[in-house]
Amino acid sequence: MLTHEKIEKNAGWLIVLTVIVISFGGLLEIVPLFFQKSTTQAVEGVKPYDAVRLAGRDVYIREGCYNCHSQMVRPFRAETERYGHYSVAGEFVYDHPFQWGSKRTGPDLARVGERYSNEWHVAHLNNPRDVVPESNMPAYPFLAKTAAKNSVGADIEAKMRALRKVGVPYTDAEIAGAKAEIGDKTELDVLVAYLQGLGLALKNTK
Amino acid sequence: MSDFVSEFWNLYVVVISLVSIIGCGIFLKFQSVHKGSTDTTGHVWDETLAEYNNPLPAWWKWMFYITIVFALAYLALYPGLGKFQGVLGWSSVGQYKDEVKKADATYGPIYDKYLKMDLKAVAADKEANEMGKRLFLTYCSQCHGSDARGSKGFPNLADADWQWGGDADTVKTTILEGRNGVMPPHAQLGDETIKDLANFVRSLSGLPHDAALAAKGKEAFGTVGCSGCHGPEATGTAALGAPNLTDKVWLYGSSEATITETIKNGRNNRMPAWKDFLGEGKVHILAAYVLSLSGAEKK
Repeated sequence: MLTHEKIEKNAGWLIVLTVIVISFGGLLEIVPLFFQKSTTQAVEGVKPYDAVRLAGRDVYIREGCYNCHSQMVRPFRAETERYGHYSVAGEFVYDHPFQWGSKRTGPDLARVGERYSNEWHVAHLNNPRDVVPESNMPAYPFLAKTAAKNSVGADIEAKMRALRKVGVPYTDAEIAGAKAEIGDKTELDVLVAYLQGLGLALKNTK
Repeated sequence: MSDFVSEFWNLYVVVISLVSIIGCGIFLKFQSVHKGSTDTTGHVWDETLAEYNNPLPAWWKWMFYITIVFALAYLALYPGLGKFQGVLGWSSVGQYKDEVKKADATYGPIYDKYLKMDLKAVAADKEANEMGKRLFLTYCSQCHGSDARGSKGFPNLADADWQWGGDADTVKTTILEGRNGVMPPHAQLGDETIKDLANFVRSLSGLPHDAALAAKGKEAFGTVGCSGCHGPEATGTAALGAPNLTDKVWLYGSSEATITETIKNGRNNRMPAWKDFLGEGKVHILAAYVLSLSGAEKK
Protein backbone atom coordinates (compact mmCIF):
# COMPACT_ATOMS: atom_id res chain seq x y z
CA MET A 1 0.00 0.00 0.00
CA LEU A 2 1.28 3.41 -1.01
CA THR A 3 1.11 5.33 2.23
CA HIS A 4 1.54 9.00 2.86
CA GLU A 5 4.82 8.28 4.57
CA LYS A 6 6.19 6.34 1.62
CA ILE A 7 5.38 9.12 -0.87
CA GLU A 8 6.85 11.77 1.36
CA LYS A 9 10.09 9.89 1.78
CA ASN A 10 10.53 8.90 -1.87
CA ALA A 11 11.22 11.79 -4.25
CA GLY A 12 10.66 9.61 -7.33
CA TRP A 13 7.13 8.66 -6.30
CA LEU A 14 6.43 12.22 -5.24
CA ILE A 15 7.40 13.55 -8.68
CA VAL A 16 5.44 10.91 -10.62
CA LEU A 17 2.26 11.34 -8.58
CA THR A 18 2.48 15.13 -8.63
CA VAL A 19 2.80 15.14 -12.41
CA ILE A 20 -0.23 12.86 -12.68
CA VAL A 21 -2.32 15.13 -10.47
CA ILE A 22 -1.42 18.39 -12.22
CA SER A 23 -1.80 16.86 -15.71
CA PHE A 24 -5.58 16.57 -15.24
CA GLY A 25 -6.09 20.24 -16.02
CA GLY A 26 -4.22 19.92 -19.30
CA LEU A 27 -5.89 16.64 -20.19
CA LEU A 28 -9.25 18.39 -20.00
CA GLU A 29 -8.43 21.91 -21.13
CA ILE A 30 -5.83 21.33 -23.84
CA VAL A 31 -6.00 17.80 -25.25
CA PRO A 32 -9.65 17.92 -26.48
CA LEU A 33 -8.87 21.08 -28.51
CA PHE A 34 -6.84 18.90 -30.88
CA PHE A 35 -9.99 16.93 -31.61
CA GLN A 36 -12.48 19.73 -32.28
CA LYS A 37 -13.52 20.75 -35.76
CA SER A 38 -13.69 24.45 -34.86
CA THR A 39 -10.08 24.53 -33.68
CA THR A 40 -8.47 22.25 -36.24
CA GLN A 41 -10.26 22.99 -39.52
CA ALA A 42 -9.71 26.20 -41.48
CA VAL A 43 -12.75 28.41 -41.96
CA GLU A 44 -13.77 28.91 -45.56
CA GLY A 45 -11.38 31.23 -47.35
CA VAL A 46 -8.42 30.70 -45.02
CA LYS A 47 -5.45 29.39 -46.97
CA PRO A 48 -1.86 28.63 -45.97
CA TYR A 49 0.44 31.65 -46.28
CA ASP A 50 2.14 31.74 -49.66
CA ALA A 51 5.93 32.11 -49.66
CA VAL A 52 5.80 35.92 -49.82
CA ARG A 53 3.37 36.29 -46.94
CA LEU A 54 5.21 33.69 -44.92
CA ALA A 55 8.41 35.71 -45.32
CA GLY A 56 6.47 38.84 -44.36
CA ARG A 57 5.18 37.06 -41.30
CA ASP A 58 8.77 36.38 -40.28
CA VAL A 59 9.55 40.09 -40.59
CA TYR A 60 6.52 40.75 -38.37
CA ILE A 61 7.83 38.32 -35.77
CA ARG A 62 11.45 39.47 -36.06
CA GLU A 63 10.55 43.13 -35.54
CA GLY A 64 8.41 42.21 -32.55
CA CYS A 65 5.21 43.71 -33.94
CA TYR A 66 3.32 41.40 -31.58
CA ASN A 67 4.70 43.38 -28.66
CA CYS A 68 2.31 46.23 -29.47
CA HIS A 69 -0.24 44.71 -31.84
CA SER A 70 -2.62 41.88 -31.06
CA GLN A 71 -4.25 39.75 -33.75
CA MET A 72 -7.39 38.76 -31.94
CA VAL A 73 -10.70 40.56 -32.19
CA ARG A 74 -12.69 39.59 -29.12
CA PRO A 75 -16.44 39.00 -29.30
CA PHE A 76 -17.49 42.38 -27.90
CA ARG A 77 -19.40 44.97 -29.85
CA ALA A 78 -16.86 47.68 -29.07
CA GLU A 79 -14.24 45.56 -30.82
CA THR A 80 -16.26 44.36 -33.78
CA GLU A 81 -17.45 47.90 -34.50
CA ARG A 82 -13.87 49.03 -34.82
CA TYR A 83 -12.12 46.02 -36.31
CA GLY A 84 -14.75 43.78 -37.87
CA HIS A 85 -15.96 40.24 -37.18
CA TYR A 86 -14.55 38.66 -34.01
CA SER A 87 -11.71 36.20 -34.54
CA VAL A 88 -12.49 32.49 -34.66
CA ALA A 89 -10.13 29.58 -34.00
CA GLY A 90 -10.40 28.23 -37.54
CA GLU A 91 -8.68 31.34 -38.90
CA PHE A 92 -5.42 30.45 -37.18
CA VAL A 93 -4.96 26.78 -38.09
CA TYR A 94 -2.00 27.60 -40.38
CA ASP A 95 -0.36 29.96 -37.88
CA HIS A 96 2.63 28.33 -36.20
CA PRO A 97 2.84 30.02 -33.81
CA PHE A 98 -0.22 32.27 -33.80
CA GLN A 99 0.32 36.00 -33.29
CA TRP A 100 -2.66 36.69 -31.02
CA GLY A 101 -0.57 38.77 -28.66
CA SER A 102 -1.87 40.28 -25.47
CA LYS A 103 -0.83 43.92 -25.66
CA ARG A 104 -2.43 46.70 -27.62
CA THR A 105 -0.20 49.73 -27.64
CA GLY A 106 -1.22 49.89 -31.28
CA PRO A 107 -4.50 48.69 -32.75
CA ASP A 108 -5.44 45.07 -33.31
CA LEU A 109 -4.28 43.82 -36.70
CA ALA A 110 -6.34 40.64 -37.07
CA ARG A 111 -8.45 42.28 -39.81
CA VAL A 112 -6.09 44.90 -41.14
CA GLY A 113 -5.99 43.17 -44.55
CA GLU A 114 -7.15 45.52 -47.32
CA ARG A 115 -8.27 48.10 -44.82
CA TYR A 116 -5.59 50.50 -46.06
CA SER A 117 -3.93 50.75 -49.45
CA ASN A 118 -0.49 49.28 -50.10
CA GLU A 119 0.78 52.84 -50.50
CA TRP A 120 -0.50 53.69 -47.04
CA HIS A 121 1.39 50.76 -45.52
CA VAL A 122 4.58 51.74 -47.34
CA ALA A 123 4.33 55.34 -46.14
CA HIS A 124 3.29 54.28 -42.66
CA LEU A 125 6.03 51.71 -42.10
CA ASN A 126 8.62 54.07 -43.48
CA ASN A 127 7.57 56.74 -41.01
CA PRO A 128 4.22 56.42 -39.22
CA ARG A 129 4.12 60.17 -38.49
CA ASP A 130 3.88 60.90 -42.22
CA VAL A 131 0.31 59.65 -42.27
CA VAL A 132 -0.69 59.58 -38.60
CA PRO A 133 0.93 62.56 -36.85
CA GLU A 134 -0.22 61.34 -33.42
CA SER A 135 1.36 57.90 -33.82
CA ASN A 136 4.00 56.64 -31.42
CA MET A 137 4.93 53.64 -33.54
CA PRO A 138 8.61 53.30 -34.41
CA ALA A 139 9.67 53.89 -38.01
CA TYR A 140 10.97 50.98 -40.06
CA PRO A 141 12.73 52.68 -42.99
CA PHE A 142 15.36 49.96 -43.21
CA LEU A 143 12.83 47.34 -44.34
CA ALA A 144 12.75 48.86 -47.81
CA LYS A 145 16.53 48.56 -48.07
CA THR A 146 16.89 44.83 -47.44
CA ALA A 147 16.03 42.18 -49.99
CA ALA A 148 13.84 39.51 -48.40
CA LYS A 149 15.78 36.74 -50.15
CA ASN A 150 18.84 37.63 -48.09
CA SER A 151 17.10 37.53 -44.74
CA VAL A 152 13.66 36.11 -44.01
CA GLY A 153 13.50 34.43 -47.41
CA ALA A 154 16.92 32.82 -47.28
CA ASP A 155 15.68 29.52 -45.88
CA ILE A 156 12.07 29.75 -46.98
CA GLU A 157 11.95 26.21 -48.40
CA ALA A 158 13.14 24.75 -45.11
CA LYS A 159 10.53 26.79 -43.23
CA MET A 160 7.78 25.57 -45.51
CA ARG A 161 8.88 21.98 -45.13
CA ALA A 162 8.92 22.38 -41.36
CA LEU A 163 5.41 23.85 -41.45
CA ARG A 164 4.28 20.96 -43.63
CA LYS A 165 5.38 18.59 -40.87
CA VAL A 166 3.02 20.31 -38.45
CA GLY A 167 0.10 20.11 -40.84
CA VAL A 168 0.21 23.06 -43.26
CA PRO A 169 -0.63 21.53 -46.66
CA TYR A 170 2.13 22.96 -48.85
CA THR A 171 2.70 21.10 -52.10
CA ASP A 172 6.16 20.22 -53.43
CA ALA A 173 5.60 22.68 -56.28
CA GLU A 174 4.83 25.51 -53.86
CA ILE A 175 7.98 24.81 -51.88
CA ALA A 176 10.09 24.54 -55.02
CA GLY A 177 8.73 27.84 -56.31
CA ALA A 178 9.05 29.72 -53.02
CA LYS A 179 12.38 31.41 -53.77
CA ALA A 180 11.21 32.52 -57.19
CA GLU A 181 8.01 33.93 -55.71
CA ILE A 182 9.95 36.09 -53.29
CA GLY A 183 12.33 37.16 -56.05
CA ASP A 184 13.75 40.61 -55.44
CA LYS A 185 11.00 41.80 -53.13
CA THR A 186 12.18 43.82 -50.15
CA GLU A 187 11.33 43.08 -46.56
CA LEU A 188 8.87 45.96 -46.77
CA ASP A 189 7.10 44.39 -49.76
CA VAL A 190 6.71 41.01 -48.10
CA LEU A 191 5.55 42.55 -44.80
CA VAL A 192 2.91 44.62 -46.59
CA ALA A 193 1.79 41.48 -48.47
CA TYR A 194 1.44 39.69 -45.13
CA LEU A 195 -0.52 42.54 -43.54
CA GLN A 196 -2.81 42.90 -46.56
CA GLY A 197 -3.79 39.24 -46.25
CA LEU A 198 -4.74 39.34 -42.58
CA GLY A 199 -8.30 38.44 -41.66
CA LEU A 200 -9.81 38.59 -45.13
CA ALA A 201 -11.88 35.43 -44.68
CA LEU A 202 -14.40 37.18 -42.43
CA LYS A 203 -13.63 40.76 -43.39
CA ASN A 204 -17.06 41.95 -44.40
CA THR A 205 -19.05 39.41 -42.45
CA LYS A 206 -21.19 40.83 -39.69
CA MET B 1 -18.07 25.29 -28.81
CA SER B 2 -17.71 21.54 -28.66
CA ASP B 3 -17.82 20.02 -32.12
CA PHE B 4 -15.64 17.02 -31.38
CA VAL B 5 -14.45 14.83 -34.22
CA SER B 6 -15.88 11.80 -32.43
CA GLU B 7 -18.19 10.95 -29.57
CA PHE B 8 -15.22 9.57 -27.65
CA TRP B 9 -13.98 13.06 -26.77
CA ASN B 10 -17.33 14.04 -25.36
CA LEU B 11 -17.25 11.04 -23.02
CA TYR B 12 -13.57 11.65 -22.30
CA VAL B 13 -14.29 15.16 -21.02
CA VAL B 14 -17.43 14.19 -19.11
CA VAL B 15 -15.91 11.16 -17.40
CA ILE B 16 -12.59 12.76 -16.42
CA SER B 17 -14.29 15.93 -15.18
CA LEU B 18 -16.83 14.17 -13.01
CA VAL B 19 -14.50 11.45 -11.75
CA SER B 20 -11.82 13.96 -10.77
CA ILE B 21 -14.25 16.33 -9.03
CA ILE B 22 -16.06 13.58 -7.16
CA GLY B 23 -12.73 11.87 -6.52
CA CYS B 24 -11.47 15.04 -4.86
CA GLY B 25 -14.49 14.97 -2.56
CA ILE B 26 -13.97 11.35 -1.56
CA PHE B 27 -10.27 11.86 -1.06
CA LEU B 28 -10.96 14.92 1.05
CA LYS B 29 -13.41 13.05 3.26
CA PHE B 30 -10.93 10.22 3.62
CA GLN B 31 -8.18 12.66 4.62
CA SER B 32 -10.23 14.65 7.07
CA VAL B 33 -10.81 11.94 9.66
CA HIS B 34 -8.40 11.19 12.45
CA LYS B 35 -6.56 7.97 11.59
CA GLY B 36 -4.72 5.66 13.89
CA SER B 37 -4.39 5.82 17.60
CA THR B 38 -1.20 7.84 17.91
CA ASP B 39 -0.90 11.62 18.28
CA THR B 40 2.05 11.88 15.91
CA THR B 41 2.75 10.41 12.47
CA GLY B 42 5.80 8.63 13.77
CA HIS B 43 8.26 10.70 11.69
CA VAL B 44 11.07 11.95 13.82
CA TRP B 45 13.73 14.35 12.59
CA ASP B 46 16.70 15.78 14.35
CA GLU B 47 16.22 13.44 17.28
CA THR B 48 13.07 15.01 18.77
CA LEU B 49 11.19 16.79 16.03
CA ALA B 50 7.87 15.01 15.41
CA GLU B 51 4.81 15.70 13.25
CA TYR B 52 1.25 15.79 14.62
CA ASN B 53 -1.16 13.32 13.11
CA ASN B 54 -4.10 15.77 12.93
CA PRO B 55 -6.84 15.77 10.30
CA LEU B 56 -7.14 18.75 7.88
CA PRO B 57 -8.32 21.98 9.54
CA ALA B 58 -12.10 22.38 9.34
CA TRP B 59 -12.09 25.85 7.69
CA TRP B 60 -9.80 24.58 4.94
CA LYS B 61 -11.80 21.38 4.50
CA TRP B 62 -15.07 23.26 4.13
CA MET B 63 -13.55 25.72 1.68
CA PHE B 64 -12.57 22.74 -0.44
CA TYR B 65 -16.08 21.25 -0.22
CA ILE B 66 -17.49 24.61 -1.35
CA THR B 67 -15.22 24.63 -4.42
CA ILE B 68 -16.47 21.15 -5.28
CA VAL B 69 -20.09 22.27 -5.04
CA PHE B 70 -19.22 25.38 -7.08
CA ALA B 71 -17.57 23.26 -9.77
CA LEU B 72 -20.59 20.97 -10.10
CA ALA B 73 -23.02 23.90 -10.12
CA TYR B 74 -20.92 25.69 -12.75
CA LEU B 75 -20.84 22.63 -15.00
CA ALA B 76 -24.62 22.30 -14.63
CA LEU B 77 -25.25 25.94 -15.57
CA TYR B 78 -22.54 26.73 -18.16
CA PRO B 79 -20.95 24.85 -21.07
CA GLY B 80 -17.94 22.80 -20.02
CA LEU B 81 -19.03 19.22 -19.64
CA GLY B 82 -18.36 17.87 -23.13
CA LYS B 83 -21.23 18.63 -25.47
CA PHE B 84 -23.58 19.66 -22.69
CA GLN B 85 -24.31 23.36 -23.12
CA GLY B 86 -25.51 24.01 -19.58
CA VAL B 87 -29.07 24.71 -18.47
CA LEU B 88 -28.63 28.48 -18.90
CA GLY B 89 -27.81 28.03 -22.59
CA TRP B 90 -25.08 30.66 -22.30
CA SER B 91 -22.39 31.07 -24.94
CA SER B 92 -19.92 33.87 -25.65
CA VAL B 93 -21.29 34.24 -29.16
CA GLY B 94 -24.82 34.39 -27.78
CA GLN B 95 -23.77 37.08 -25.32
CA TYR B 96 -22.13 39.03 -28.17
CA LYS B 97 -25.26 38.73 -30.32
CA ASP B 98 -27.43 39.99 -27.48
CA GLU B 99 -25.11 42.94 -27.01
CA VAL B 100 -25.27 43.81 -30.71
CA LYS B 101 -29.04 43.38 -30.80
CA LYS B 102 -29.48 45.71 -27.87
CA ALA B 103 -27.16 48.30 -29.42
CA ASP B 104 -28.94 48.06 -32.77
CA ALA B 105 -32.27 48.66 -31.07
CA THR B 106 -30.84 51.74 -29.35
CA TYR B 107 -28.78 53.28 -32.13
CA GLY B 108 -30.52 51.88 -35.22
CA PRO B 109 -33.39 54.43 -35.12
CA ILE B 110 -30.88 57.31 -34.98
CA TYR B 111 -29.12 56.12 -38.13
CA ASP B 112 -32.48 55.44 -39.79
CA LYS B 113 -33.64 58.95 -39.00
CA TYR B 114 -30.64 60.49 -40.75
CA LEU B 115 -30.72 57.99 -43.58
CA LYS B 116 -34.14 59.33 -44.53
CA MET B 117 -32.83 62.90 -44.56
CA ASP B 118 -31.12 64.56 -47.48
CA LEU B 119 -27.30 64.57 -47.18
CA LYS B 120 -27.16 68.36 -47.18
CA ALA B 121 -29.66 68.52 -44.36
CA VAL B 122 -27.63 65.95 -42.40
CA ALA B 123 -24.47 67.97 -43.08
CA ALA B 124 -26.14 70.96 -41.41
CA ASP B 125 -27.27 68.91 -38.40
CA LYS B 126 -25.17 69.48 -35.30
CA GLU B 127 -25.81 66.10 -33.69
CA ALA B 128 -25.09 64.24 -36.92
CA ASN B 129 -21.83 66.12 -37.25
CA GLU B 130 -20.79 65.10 -33.76
CA MET B 131 -21.49 61.48 -34.70
CA GLY B 132 -19.71 61.93 -38.00
CA LYS B 133 -16.65 63.28 -36.29
CA ARG B 134 -16.39 60.26 -34.03
CA LEU B 135 -16.88 57.88 -36.93
CA PHE B 136 -14.27 59.81 -38.91
CA LEU B 137 -11.71 59.59 -36.12
CA THR B 138 -12.24 55.84 -35.83
CA TYR B 139 -12.32 54.82 -39.48
CA CYS B 140 -10.90 57.61 -41.66
CA SER B 141 -8.27 59.52 -39.71
CA GLN B 142 -5.52 56.94 -40.30
CA CYS B 143 -5.24 58.11 -43.92
CA HIS B 144 -6.99 61.47 -44.05
CA GLY B 145 -5.67 62.68 -40.70
CA SER B 146 -7.58 63.52 -37.55
CA ASP B 147 -8.04 67.07 -38.88
CA ALA B 148 -9.14 65.64 -42.28
CA ARG B 149 -6.34 67.57 -43.96
CA GLY B 150 -4.75 64.44 -45.40
CA SER B 151 -1.08 63.93 -46.13
CA LYS B 152 1.10 63.12 -49.10
CA GLY B 153 -0.95 60.83 -51.30
CA PHE B 154 -4.05 61.06 -49.12
CA PRO B 155 -6.50 63.81 -50.06
CA ASN B 156 -7.26 66.79 -47.90
CA LEU B 157 -10.99 66.62 -47.21
CA ALA B 158 -11.18 69.99 -45.54
CA ASP B 159 -10.54 72.02 -48.68
CA ALA B 160 -12.98 72.67 -51.49
CA ASP B 161 -11.12 70.52 -54.00
CA TRP B 162 -12.41 67.11 -55.00
CA GLN B 163 -10.57 64.47 -56.91
CA TRP B 164 -13.64 62.36 -57.65
CA GLY B 165 -16.33 65.01 -57.52
CA GLY B 166 -17.77 66.87 -54.59
CA ASP B 167 -21.52 66.69 -54.95
CA ALA B 168 -23.23 64.97 -52.06
CA ASP B 169 -24.08 61.69 -53.78
CA THR B 170 -20.62 61.31 -55.29
CA VAL B 171 -18.96 61.75 -51.92
CA LYS B 172 -21.25 59.10 -50.49
CA THR B 173 -20.51 56.76 -53.41
CA THR B 174 -16.78 57.26 -52.87
CA ILE B 175 -17.10 56.09 -49.28
CA LEU B 176 -19.51 53.26 -50.07
CA GLU B 177 -17.70 51.77 -53.04
CA GLY B 178 -14.14 53.00 -52.59
CA ARG B 179 -11.95 54.41 -55.35
CA ASN B 180 -8.93 53.22 -57.27
CA GLY B 181 -6.74 56.10 -58.31
CA VAL B 182 -4.32 55.13 -61.05
CA MET B 183 -1.86 57.42 -62.76
CA PRO B 184 0.02 55.19 -65.20
CA PRO B 185 3.81 55.43 -65.40
CA HIS B 186 5.23 57.36 -68.37
CA ALA B 187 8.92 56.55 -68.18
CA GLN B 188 8.77 55.65 -71.88
CA LEU B 189 8.44 59.36 -72.74
CA GLY B 190 12.07 59.94 -71.88
CA ASP B 191 13.56 62.24 -69.28
CA GLU B 192 13.53 65.28 -71.57
CA THR B 193 9.81 65.22 -72.32
CA ILE B 194 9.02 64.47 -68.69
CA LYS B 195 11.01 67.55 -67.66
CA ASP B 196 9.06 69.62 -70.21
CA LEU B 197 5.77 68.28 -68.87
CA ALA B 198 6.78 68.93 -65.26
CA ASN B 199 7.57 72.53 -66.12
CA PHE B 200 4.28 72.89 -67.97
CA VAL B 201 2.34 71.48 -65.04
CA ARG B 202 4.08 73.92 -62.70
CA SER B 203 3.28 76.79 -65.05
CA LEU B 204 -0.43 75.88 -64.85
CA SER B 205 -0.43 76.59 -61.13
CA GLY B 206 1.63 79.74 -61.44
CA LEU B 207 4.72 78.17 -59.89
CA PRO B 208 8.26 79.14 -60.98
CA HIS B 209 9.15 77.30 -64.18
CA ASP B 210 11.24 77.41 -67.30
CA ALA B 211 9.01 79.05 -69.93
CA ALA B 212 10.73 77.43 -72.90
CA LEU B 213 10.43 73.96 -71.44
CA ALA B 214 6.85 74.65 -70.38
CA ALA B 215 5.94 75.63 -73.95
CA LYS B 216 7.34 72.32 -75.21
CA GLY B 217 5.55 70.58 -72.36
CA LYS B 218 2.25 72.17 -73.34
CA GLU B 219 2.58 70.66 -76.77
CA ALA B 220 3.50 67.27 -75.39
CA PHE B 221 0.58 67.39 -72.94
CA GLY B 222 -1.88 67.17 -75.80
CA THR B 223 0.03 64.60 -77.85
CA VAL B 224 1.41 62.02 -75.44
CA GLY B 225 -1.89 61.27 -73.75
CA CYS B 226 -2.04 63.46 -70.63
CA SER B 227 -5.14 65.23 -71.88
CA GLY B 228 -6.94 61.88 -72.15
CA CYS B 229 -7.48 61.85 -68.39
CA HIS B 230 -6.62 65.36 -67.22
CA GLY B 231 -8.62 66.99 -70.04
CA PRO B 232 -7.44 69.31 -72.84
CA GLU B 233 -7.40 72.25 -70.43
CA ALA B 234 -5.76 70.15 -67.68
CA THR B 235 -8.73 70.82 -65.42
CA GLY B 236 -9.11 67.14 -64.54
CA THR B 237 -11.85 64.57 -64.97
CA ALA B 238 -13.70 63.72 -61.79
CA ALA B 239 -15.14 60.50 -63.22
CA LEU B 240 -11.60 59.11 -63.59
CA GLY B 241 -10.24 60.66 -60.44
CA ALA B 242 -7.80 62.62 -62.61
CA PRO B 243 -6.92 65.77 -60.67
CA ASN B 244 -7.26 69.31 -61.88
CA LEU B 245 -3.68 70.43 -62.59
CA THR B 246 -4.48 74.12 -62.86
CA ASP B 247 -5.33 74.68 -59.20
CA LYS B 248 -2.98 74.99 -56.26
CA VAL B 249 -3.95 71.69 -54.64
CA TRP B 250 -1.28 68.99 -54.77
CA LEU B 251 -1.82 65.42 -53.70
CA TYR B 252 1.80 64.31 -53.94
CA GLY B 253 3.64 67.61 -53.92
CA SER B 254 4.44 70.37 -56.37
CA SER B 255 8.23 70.37 -56.57
CA GLU B 256 9.67 69.62 -59.98
CA ALA B 257 11.31 66.50 -58.58
CA THR B 258 8.02 65.18 -57.20
CA ILE B 259 6.09 65.96 -60.38
CA THR B 260 8.82 64.27 -62.41
CA GLU B 261 8.55 61.21 -60.18
CA THR B 262 4.76 61.21 -60.56
CA ILE B 263 4.93 61.33 -64.34
CA LYS B 264 7.77 58.85 -64.61
CA ASN B 265 6.66 56.17 -62.16
CA GLY B 266 2.95 56.87 -62.02
CA ARG B 267 0.86 56.91 -58.86
CA ASN B 268 -1.46 54.38 -57.39
CA ASN B 269 -3.70 54.68 -54.44
CA ARG B 270 -6.85 53.15 -53.21
CA MET B 271 -9.71 54.32 -51.07
CA PRO B 272 -11.23 51.17 -49.55
CA ALA B 273 -14.95 50.44 -49.89
CA TRP B 274 -16.88 50.79 -46.64
CA LYS B 275 -20.34 49.63 -47.68
CA ASP B 276 -20.17 46.16 -46.20
CA PHE B 277 -18.09 47.06 -43.19
CA LEU B 278 -19.90 50.16 -41.96
CA GLY B 279 -23.30 49.84 -43.58
CA GLU B 280 -25.15 52.66 -45.28
CA GLY B 281 -26.37 54.33 -42.10
CA LYS B 282 -22.89 55.19 -40.90
CA VAL B 283 -21.62 56.04 -44.37
CA HIS B 284 -24.49 58.50 -44.79
CA ILE B 285 -23.45 60.35 -41.65
CA LEU B 286 -19.76 60.21 -42.62
CA ALA B 287 -20.49 61.61 -46.07
CA ALA B 288 -22.45 64.44 -44.50
CA TYR B 289 -19.61 65.12 -42.07
CA VAL B 290 -17.05 65.24 -44.89
CA LEU B 291 -19.32 67.61 -46.83
CA SER B 292 -19.67 69.85 -43.80
CA LEU B 293 -15.87 70.02 -43.50
CA SER B 294 -15.09 70.94 -47.03
CA GLY B 295 -17.03 74.13 -47.34
CA ALA B 296 -17.71 73.07 -50.91
CA GLU B 297 -21.41 73.32 -50.31
CA LYS B 298 -21.10 77.00 -49.46
CA LYS B 299 -19.85 77.88 -52.90
